[in-house]
Order: sequence, then structure tokens, then C-alpha cells
Amino acid sequence: MARMNMLQAINHALDTAMAADERVLCFGEDVGVFGGVFRATSNLQQKYGKARCFNTPLVEQGIIGFANGLAAQGSIPVAEIQFADYIFPAFDQIVNESAKYRYRSGNLFNVGGLTIRAPYGGGIAGGHYHSQSPEAYFAHTPGLKVVVPRNAHQAKGLLLGAIRDDNPVVFFEPKRLYRASVGDVPESDYQLPLGEAEVVKEGSDITLVAWGAQIEVVEQAVEMAEKERVSCEVIDLRTILPWDVETVANSVLKTGRLLVSHEAPLTGGFGAEVAATIQARCFLYLESPIARVTGLDTPFPLALEKEYMPDHLKVYEAIKASVEF
Amino acid sequence: MTTPSPEDVHTPMLTDGDEFRIPTYKLLQQDGTLYEGAEAPHLERDKALRMYQAMVFTRVLDERMLAAQRQGRLSFYMQCTGEEAAVIGSAAALDDADVIMAQYREQGALAYRGFTTDEFMNQLFGNELDYGKGRQMPVHYGSTRLNYVTISSPLATQIPQAVGYAYGQKLAGDGHCTITYFGEGAASEGDFHAALNMAAVHKVPVIFLCRNNGYAISTPTIEQFAAEGVAPRAFGYRMHVIRVDGNDILAVYEATRVARRMAVEDNRPVLIEAMTYRLAGHSSSDDPSSYRSKKEEEAWREKDPLLRMQRWLTDKGWWSEDDEKRLQESMRREVLDTMKRAEKRPPPPLESLVTDVYDEVTPALAEQLDQLKAHIRKYPDAYPKSASQVTGGD
Repeated sequence: MARMNMLQAINHALDTAMAADERVLCFGEDVGVFGGVFRATSNLQQKYGKARCFNTPLVEQGIIGFANGLAAQGSIPVAEIQFADYIFPAFDQIVNESAKYRYRSGNLFNVGGLTIRAPYGGGIAGGHYHSQSPEAYFAHTPGLKVVVPRNAHQAKGLLLGAIRDDNPVVFFEPKRLYRASVGDVPESDYQLPLGEAEVVKEGSDITLVAWGAQIEVVEQAVEMAEKERVSCEVIDLRTILPWDVETVANSVLKTGRLLVSHEAPLTGGFGAEVAATIQARCFLYLESPIARVTGLDTPFPLALEKEYMPDHLKVYEAIKASVEF
Repeated sequence: MTTPSPEDVHTPMLTDGDEFRIPTYKLLQQDGTLYEGAEAPHLERDKALRMYQAMVFTRVLDERMLAAQRQGRLSFYMQCTGEEAAVIGSAAALDDADVIMAQYREQGALAYRGFTTDEFMNQLFGNELDYGKGRQMPVHYGSTRLNYVTISSPLATQIPQAVGYAYGQKLAGDGHCTITYFGEGAASEGDFHAALNMAAVHKVPVIFLCRNNGYAISTPTIEQFAAEGVAPRAFGYRMHVIRVDGNDILAVYEATRVARRMAVEDNRPVLIEAMTYRLAGHSSSDDPSSYRSKKEEEAWREKDPLLRMQRWLTDKGWWSEDDEKRLQESMRREVLDTMKRAEKRPPPPLESLVTDVYDEVTPALAEQLDQLKAHIRKYPDAYPKSASQVTGGD
């Protein structure tokens, strides 16, 4: 075990993957000698050479198209998109290519080796274009896996799991926690499973589902609620697609209440998918409407970011409203 | 229709385009004198001084605002330092009614057009007077008065938009053009290529001004493209191109003036590659010392575009050391005084969260705003920026 922040844990995961398998390559804008704008790829070029860790020209669709080709050839590309907000020029390559390579060829070809890393989320005074949480766009695309870690330990294990998963994975990293999330991380090679949620905290009155940076916010709200004797169960979805319905449904069958929280806007957010599925699975057990605490249906703001964010106070109020329904 | 082809050959003949060398257009030497055989463009004294003052203002603004960022007064900043001639020289060669679609490092063009210090500061501090209503990060300026389309952070998106805007100008027959600015890194984006092709095919009055400043954040040009600069790409689209010393304001001005004439008179788009250097970091979040040498930076500091123009103005008898001192002092004072005013102003109203998402606030957004207000009333201390707006009785 070593104390690491999330960036160090991600760097450790990339280092581990590159050391274990020479087919693993890391590339993207500024990831080479600079080690990425957040330094997630620090020292990888120095350690593994320019052929395996390198800067690309500034062209996101090129980066992911190139990565698709590499993955089809049998390499294991880990492509970095500098900010999730800048992933959209690559949307075609991800949605129409990465996601459908296997299906359209009858599994003659696949890009299962592909992992796309991108920092996402707000809380850093980043305005429209350094704050968005675009997971729902990708969750609407069968063929992709979408993974979001909540802390340093999870980040290393899930990233290694993503790199070694034989499906294209979009891996969104909560950049607000890059340096803020510090914890004990095994220095050894370990993987956490994709497609499995984790019950972070058990409770009996209400189930709270979130992922990534929002888990920390939910935990703050839970602390407030538990002072008022509301017993909360917290589930980190970890993988948004394909998501772990069983774990959430089993929890809601027990608690009878569900709250989903994410930073992305309300309408069409992944919370809507969770709510629809759970109401179908747990209809007769629900004691209150499923609550969603999310960003507003607006672009991500700057000066009024604090007001926009689904913070712990909003989550706390929604917990109270649910149990008092 | 068949594509016209060159003469047929019967053995494989490959070409890499190296036979096309694009020269660099230069007029002004660093000592302020013209190169032998070079002729300065016709510039009235007032215009030359307007250009120079915009350069000095931009430099002063950048120095002060980076310092303010370091002091924690400002969240973020991006400097134009080193590239003032490329930006201001080109802006000065346009009609002020021509439209500018910039990347984010072109505050000099706005300064030249007359964006006031208050207008700069209101945006930088995202206060209630910011035209962008405090929604975007610092340096994302926009002005309808000055025909400067609001900056968007995603790179190169403005380049094909400039082509569309200019096509509309051509149809309107108003005799104006659009200039779009971008870095040599952004020119790698697909949008750049799409834009040049569409402009050439549709014969659009647009000027593409590439600030080749050596770096895209940490990535040097040698890792950005294998070709010799961005300029040769114009050939592939059959577009006119000129490469210019980007630290030479006279050459940039003249190149842009010629390009503008081609654009508005003949509907021919032009690519200008201004060779310059980003003397500052990419942004206040960047530290260039980890990817380039001080020696390299020093070599470019020697080519300071401000000093070069100042010397030229002095030689012409249009500028003196006293003028320089007075201008620097008054601009510093103005920037500092204005900053103090702007940072004290309140943020935009809470309603601005939901306006402008659509032309009208939708019922769903109105409801979300109401819920937010009720929440803030309950926890006023947690939302100091907006609490007073909702607690004082609406």
C-alpha cells in the first residue's frame, strides 16, 4: 500500500499496464514529455519510449480514429482526450466506430482493446467547456462501456479493469478529485470488475445512487441525514454502461426509497434510466417517488456554478423530502 | 466533368511538394529600420499610434491580469504576449465592421477596436455587467458593437463558422469579410480542413489567420505537423496563401490588407501564416519550464514585436521615451483602477442561470429556478453570491 492521490493512482495503473503488456500504448494531446495537462501520464514516455507514449496532433477525431485502428490491429490503446468537454469531435469515431466494430463485422473485427480516458466534471471554475459530465451521451450507445471511478483506489483498479476488458471503454475521471482524493492504493497489479456497482455504505431507509465525484457529495448529505436518524444506503454505480441493476434493485427492495444524483443536467441524464428501470423492478415496494438531484437543464455556468451544482444541501433536502413523503 | 490532370507520365513520379517553398514576408527589422528594398505600407500617424497603443495596452493588461491571477483575484488568464503584432497588425488592416472570429488569445484585436478597460474587466471578473453574463471563463470576450463574436473554448470550431458567416456577407453584398484567428495546433483539427475546403469551393470572403506561435500547450510544431508550417496546406485547397513575420507589425498589416482586398473584391479566401512565438505559458495554469528552455524563450524575447514597432515610430519622430513612459503609467493605473471596480461588482442575477438557454425561459426551467430560489432561501449562508437576491423579498 502507498498513499496516492487519484492522478498518481491513474499514473500507476498506466505504468502497471504498460509494464505488463507491451501492446499497451498511451497517447493524446500533451501526454508525452509533459505527461498530460494534469500529469496523469508523467514519466511514461521516459520509461517506455516515444513509440509507446507520445503526443498526438491536436485532433480528437484523429486520436480516436487512430486508436480504433490500433485496437483493430491488436494493440491496446489508451487514448487521452484532454477534457471530456472536448470529446465531441471524436463522437463519430466512438459512437459509430468503436461501439459498432464488433457487431457490424459479425465479430470478424473488434476494437475491444480500446480505452478512452477523459477528465470530466465541475467544481473547478471551468465554465461551459471544462466542467461537463457527458456520460449519458455515451450510455446511450450499445457496444461501449462507460466507467467512472470515485477515488484513487477505485481509479487504479477500474482503469486496469478497463484496459484489460475486451470491449471499448470510455473512462471518465473526476478531475475535481484528481489531487483532492488521497488514499491507500496497492502498489501491486489489481483489477476491479466492470459492470458491478458497490454498496459503499449500508442503510435501511433510503438508497442513494451516484458515481464519480458525486459520491463524495452524497456522503456529506448522508452525514447530515444520519444525524436525524435517517439510515442511508449509498451505492457507487462505478460502471454506467452496462449498469448493475441487481445491486440497485435489491437495495431499493430493502429501503423502499431511491435518490439518484449526478452533475449532468436533469433531462435525459443517466438518473432517468436508473429511475425508469427501478420503478419497473420495485414498483410495489416504493414508498416515495424516485428522486433525482442533478445539475440544471442549462449549459454549465461559471459565476453561479455553486448555485448550479447538485451539492450536499440539495441532496440532503431531497433525502428529507423522500422519507417525509 | 473531368478533373484537369497534369501531363501524363509512364513511370511512377512521386512528389512531396518540397519544390514549393513559401517565403516569409518581412518589412521591419528588430532595430526599427526597414529591410533593404522593403517599403513600409502607407500608415497615417494616428493609425500607427492607435495600433501601437493597442499593443501596449494588451501587454499591460496581460501583465497585470496574470499578476491578479497569481494573487488569487482572478480564476484564470491567457496572455497574448509576443503575438501582439500578429493580432493587432491584422485587425488594423481590416475595416472595423469586418467580423472577427477569434480563438482566445486575440485580446489585442479587441483592444484595437476599442473594447474599453471596463468591458475587459467585467468579462474577466464575470460580474453583473459582463456581456456574457458570467457564464464563461475569463478571456472569452464578445462584442456586437465591435463585431467580435464571443469566444468558445473548443478549438477550431470558429474556423468553418467564419466561412459560413463570410458566405452570408457575400450574399448580402455588404462589402465586408470575416477574419478567423487560430493557432497552429488548432489547425490540426478537422474543422480547419473542412473550413479551408468550403471557403475555396464556395469562393468566400474570409481570411484565415494562423498564429504559428510554436506551441500547442506543450506540444511543439515538430510534433504537430511534418510539413514546413501550416501555409502549404492552402495549395491542397487551391487557396492563396502568404507567410509573414508575425512579430513585424508592418508586414502583418500589409499582408492582411492585400488579403482583405482579394477577399472582398474577388471573393477569394486567403490563408495567412504569421510566424511568431507564445512568450507566455499557454494559460495561467501552464508552466512552460518543463517543456522548453529559457534560452529558447530569450531568443524570442529579443524579437519583441512591441519594441520593434516602438523603434520604428521613434525613427519616424512619432514617438518618444516620454510618450512611452506616460502611456505605460496611465495604462497601468487605468487597468488597476478598473480592476478594483470590476471585482467589487456583484455577479449576474440568479435568473441569468436559466435565461438564453432558449430564446425564452421554458416552463421547466422556470420551475427549476423557483426550486433553486426556495433552496437558497433555506440555506442563504451556503450561497453568498446569490442569497441577498432571494432573501430580500423578490
